[in-house]
Amino acid sequence: MSTTAMPITEIAPQRSWYKRNEIAVTPWLFLAPGVLFFLFYVIFPIFQSFNLSLYRWDGLGEAEFVGLANYQELSTDRAFETSLWNNLKWLILYLLAIPAGLFIALFLNQTVTGIRLYKSLFFFPFVISQIVVGLVFTWFYDPTFGLLNVMLGWVGLGPINVLGDPTLVTYGIIAAGLWPQTAYCMILYLTGLNAVDPEQIEAGRLDGAKGWKMLWYIIIPQLKPATFIAFVVTIIGALRSFDLISIMTNGGPFGSSRVLSFYMFEKALSEYGFRMGYGAAIAVVLFLIMLFFIAYFLWSMFQEERAR
Amino acid sequence: MFPTPIEKTPRAWQLTYQSLLPLALLMWLLPLLAVALFSVKPEADFVGGGYWSLPSYFAGFENYGRVFFDSDMPRYLMNSVLITIPTVIGCVILSSMTGFALGIYKFKSNIWIFFMFVAGNFVPFQILMVPVRDLTLDLGLYNTKTGLVLFHIAFQTGFCTLFMRNFIRALPFPLIEAARVEGVSEWRIFWYVVLPLMKPAIAAMSVLIFTFIWNDYFWAVVLTQGAESQPVTAGITSFNAQYRAAYHLMSAGSIVAALPPVAMFFLMQKHFIAGLTLGAVK
Repeated sequence: MSTTAMPITEIAPQRSWYKRNEIAVTPWLFLAPGVLFFLFYVIFPIFQSFNLSLYRWDGLGEAEFVGLANYQELSTDRAFETSLWNNLKWLILYLLAIPAGLFIALFLNQTVTGIRLYKSLFFFPFVISQIVVGLVFTWFYDPTFGLLNVMLGWVGLGPINVLGDPTLVTYGIIAAGLWPQTAYCMILYLTGLNAVDPEQIEAGRLDGAKGWKMLWYIIIPQLKPATFIAFVVTIIGALRSFDLISIMTNGGPFGSSRVLSFYMFEKALSEYGFRMGYGAAIAVVLFLIMLFFIAYFLWSMFQEERAR
Repeated sequence: MFPTPIEKTPRAWQLTYQSLLPLALLMWLLPLLAVALFSVKPEADFVGGGYWSLPSYFAGFENYGRVFFDSDMPRYLMNSVLITIPTVIGCVILSSMTGFALGIYKFKSNIWIFFMFVAGNFVPFQILMVPVRDLTLDLGLYNTKTGLVLFHIAFQTGFCTLFMRNFIRALPFPLIEAARVEGVSEWRIFWYVVLPLMKPAIAAMSVLIFTFIWNDYFWAVVLTQGAESQPVTAGITSFNAQYRAAYHLMSAGSIVAALPPVAMFFLMQKHFIAGLTLGAVK
């Protein structure tokens, strides 16, 4: 194919410079607006934040260079420590969305009448805004009328005030976050299950594989691409958690439900703060945690690109 | 198919499954159903403490009427529309171009530019927050819909490029080579050959971006304030402050705020799911 295309570039001399270099130049013309926009709004700000984290700045006056003082302060900041631990809880517990999503996908992977509608309705929580999810769950947990306590009352327990209890609050919010995230993972696995090779299943059946064994040795390995995407979106979702915390508890009680993303916002922009430099330092820590995962994702993608 | 198709299982399990399905769905959507119930109950029901009783009468029109005519909700909804639609259009334009460039052409830095988009798409918002807010202030766009739209377009371009580029990679390359042999210029190849083939990807991506932007809350509070420019996600929180204990109005407001992406999802279901799982199936 490429040899037949050659002559076009060879009858060059009388043509304009653009015509001669068309194939080399075009991609750059097409890339320019998107790349510039992206550099301007996403890539440069990352470096600016790194730089800003070395300053003390209230967002209005003159910024004062303080070196690593912000990071030094972070190391003794109890609120920062709490946020970091909560981030860890989010990261680990949020991953439950993956097996939960797989479980629901397996449950729904049938062909009974109306199953399409069922699948769509199960996916519902992901489509609605996290703000609404947060409100809904705030009411669900409400100690006076919340459905949770009504149900606990049936078995003679409660009432508990999930969002008012410093030890429970983060778990309560994570549970709310798991609801849409599980829906997301479910849909990923449903499409993954569609692509599973039926011959391998038959072969497995002939070899006497059933139930769990079939799932573990034959189905899950084939779902690897879906699992990878589910892992990526869940990790990112966990580290980006902000909306739910903001709407459900606003970081409370006593700051016990803060995570880094929320604490950063609080320090830099809310009524407590306008400490832009300190906020930037928190953001840098969060970024470095994320960078660890980003590097892994890119590395996996790179492997796959090379394999093609 | 896994698990075993239900038709091939014992009758008893078939019946159990058929009855389990609606039950599971009910449990799964319980919190939402509760809100829907709240939104049609009259205020008196809450005052009397009857949170979970059936509505004493249907107050849906009354509650939703107040949301639409007695609050800033319509303005917030309008703002959301005016933020979301331009963002979707901007993203489609920019990313079909970047996707084309990265999907079709082979050049040295191709993969690195692609990785820049992918990595940028994954960064936490907070690392961008202060500089982007300053930038928006400097441009005189703070507290405007334009400021929000510009940032959203730029940021979503990362994800959209990933999406478009992978889609274009999967197109049959000989098609483009054939066009080149015919002497079709490169931008014409983009416009007449590749773009028409990209329609399904553009549809899928648009629905996805619509949902992302409509549901955005963080940037709305960072870059805007007040009813003249804030979208509905931020609006609902001030609504919350205004009607703190008015559960019937809050529920109605939440449902109104959540509805557009839901409607979008149901209308464009096929595209939406194709969008979410792009790359996962291959």
